[in-house]
Amino acid sequence: MAEKMALAKAINESLRHALETDPKVLVMGEDVGKLGGVFRVTDGLQKDFGENRVIDTPLAESGIVGTAIGLALRGYRPVVEIQFDGFVFPAYDQIVTQLAKMHARALGKVKMPVVVRIPYGGGIGAVEHHSESPEALFAHVAGLKVVSPSDASDAYWMMQQAIQSDDPVIFFEPKRRYWDKGEVDPEAIPGPLHAARVVREGTDLTLAAYGPMVKLCREVADAAAEEGRSLEIVDLRSISPIDFDTLQASVEKTRRLVVVHEAPVFFGSGAEIAARITERSFYHLEAPVLRVGGYHAPYPPARLEEEYLPDLDRVLDAVDRSLAY
Amino acid sequence: MTVESTAAHKPRRSAGGKTGGTGTKATGTTGTKRTTRAAKKSTDPQLVQLLTPEGERVANPEYDPYVAGITPEDLRGLYRDMVLTRRFDAEATSLQRQGELGLWASLLGQEAAQIGSGRATREDDYVFPTYREHGVAWCRGVDPTNLLGMFRGVNNGGWDPNGNNFHLYTIVIGSQALHATGYAMGITMDGADSAVIAYFGDGASSQGDVNEAFNFAAVYNAPVVFFCQNNQWAISESNEKQTRVPLYQRAQGFGFPGVRVDGNDVLASLAVTRWALDRARRGEGPALIEAFTYRMGAHTTSDDPSRYRHDDERIAWEAKDPILRLRRHLEAANHADEGFFGELEAESEALGRRVREAVRAMPDPDRFALFEHAYADGHALVDEERARFAAYQASFADAEGGQ
Repeated sequence: MAEKMALAKAINESLRHALETDPKVLVMGEDVGKLGGVFRVTDGLQKDFGENRVIDTPLAESGIVGTAIGLALRGYRPVVEIQFDGFVFPAYDQIVTQLAKMHARALGKVKMPVVVRIPYGGGIGAVEHHSESPEALFAHVAGLKVVSPSDASDAYWMMQQAIQSDDPVIFFEPKRRYWDKGEVDPEAIPGPLHAARVVREGTDLTLAAYGPMVKLCREVADAAAEEGRSLEIVDLRSISPIDFDTLQASVEKTRRLVVVHEAPVFFGSGAEIAARITERSFYHLEAPVLRVGGYHAPYPPARLEEEYLPDLDRVLDAVDRSLAY
Repeated sequence: MTVESTAAHKPRRSAGGKTGGTGTKATGTTGTKRTTRAAKKSTDPQLVQLLTPEGERVANPEYDPYVAGITPEDLRGLYRDMVLTRRFDAEATSLQRQGELGLWASLLGQEAAQIGSGRATREDDYVFPTYREHGVAWCRGVDPTNLLGMFRGVNNGGWDPNGNNFHLYTIVIGSQALHATGYAMGITMDGADSAVIAYFGDGASSQGDVNEAFNFAAVYNAPVVFFCQNNQWAISESNEKQTRVPLYQRAQGFGFPGVRVDGNDVLASLAVTRWALDRARRGEGPALIEAFTYRMGAHTTSDDPSRYRHDDERIAWEAKDPILRLRRHLEAANHADEGFFGELEAESEALGRRVREAVRAMPDPDRFALFEHAYADGHALVDEERARFAAYQASFADAEGGQ
């Protein structure tokens, strides 16, 4: 039966379900046990499943991912938490060099069912290294899958599917949406993990986004509607792979595309989307694919982050520019 | 600075200064039963040796029990392992020179460390190697020709790690120490009494991953043995560039015992590794073994050691050759006759021939193999790119067919 819960709680429920149903599933990371994680996403799990399954690790990200790889080789399915986006880089070597390639190096003889959870993105007034969006750095790496849910229901189901995946999944959690509530139906039948979804239909322009930017895009579409413009929103949900078929169908209907993400625009996922949609739908496009995202500057201090992050007006500006063609 | 002087190098700060000189092995949080050992200053590395370079068996009350049951046949077996491993290694070096392999990392000089430790493992134990553990692979029953695929460039690993509980060669230095620790944590969770052994070198001891592995292993009391082959050289950098303390003493700061063993002594390497694996199985946690040895050859076939070390250093180590010393012992004890050595030579040549023929017959992979196994569950982009690649390849066939 559907229940309304916060996105963070949905992930918690999803982890709980996985721990209950598969004895090989482990949760590990810094402060995930007694504290329940700094965002309380793992709240209560250690109490119910014990210290051997919900593991407080030493404070060493490479160690967390490296030992998770060893546990996966032993047959476990570790779900590891990186406490904040900006803290993942000590583990980047293990993720890129080892985790991503192990299956191929062994010619398919071993599998790496490891989920790396990363709360990401800004908008929470945090100090440095707590607000970044490094998803493109992982999407660039063959062997990894990269996803980001935008609402509670997806958070629940995509976590279930990520844990069941025999490939490593980098699971980006939109931290500023952790407390947003949504309906979660644990008995529903979910769609594929890597399928994009049209979350609002429209005719004049397609907005493509994922994670924290989907909610912003809904607000943009509402504002644009007041001006008589009908925007369609595609929640990509998965950044590797990207469901280009769904996006292409939308773009060929609306003929215009604006991609929105918090990550820097330069070499961001929007760049890849623009290139591929241009290639696929060249004769359908009325305007170049536009992108709204972060600047090519270090993530700014909190008092400036509103200038850096895409907001209603910046996306509407891009919509106007696209429609002006 | 010579290797000997490296060994005698006194750290500025003694890691063991506050232990009151309780021994070269830290008792650690898990403790060991052997606290009665004669006091040694931790700055004075104690090398465990059971066979002198002259092949003389020396008593060691602490480690003798671990090789008490060794028969002359076992000794001949260890000798055979080392000779065949060296022969295989030499063949691979030749194959690289002939252009059959792109690269080879020779283990020349490290046979005793690898065969001694490798033969200490049990079938259900798990080994995490670097890229130079050809002798350990031999002990685990991995077909030596399987090791050559990645050096020939036909795959990036290519054997089933679970087939012999011998993980893929790991090139990025030290990464595998964490995998070994995680695997060992899994063994504990499973309630099994297997153990894990992680190989790495003196260079890797500087890596964060190795130190994180030490710490994770200690914190979780994981059944993992860290086997560091200190072959004195990390490509061109000597020990002084890696450490201020003898490497085995690093263990003390992490809370588990460390031992330095003569890595050119196969019997001592076997005994010390058995000791470490046994205590790991008993739930006494990790241990660090520093096998003091020497890389007689270049780092790889691409390296030129004459740029950074004197040949007299290698010559000095040749006097401590691991194979020569066991041969001397076998001969002095009358444990092997000419017939044994003659048959082994023939076996060596046969192995060399088999390896040579197998490598030369190793086909290039199918071009579509580059997409294979990128993912276990598939990936839309890989499918799309494979299809495009196939169409591109087919376009040549069409062009040829149309002519």
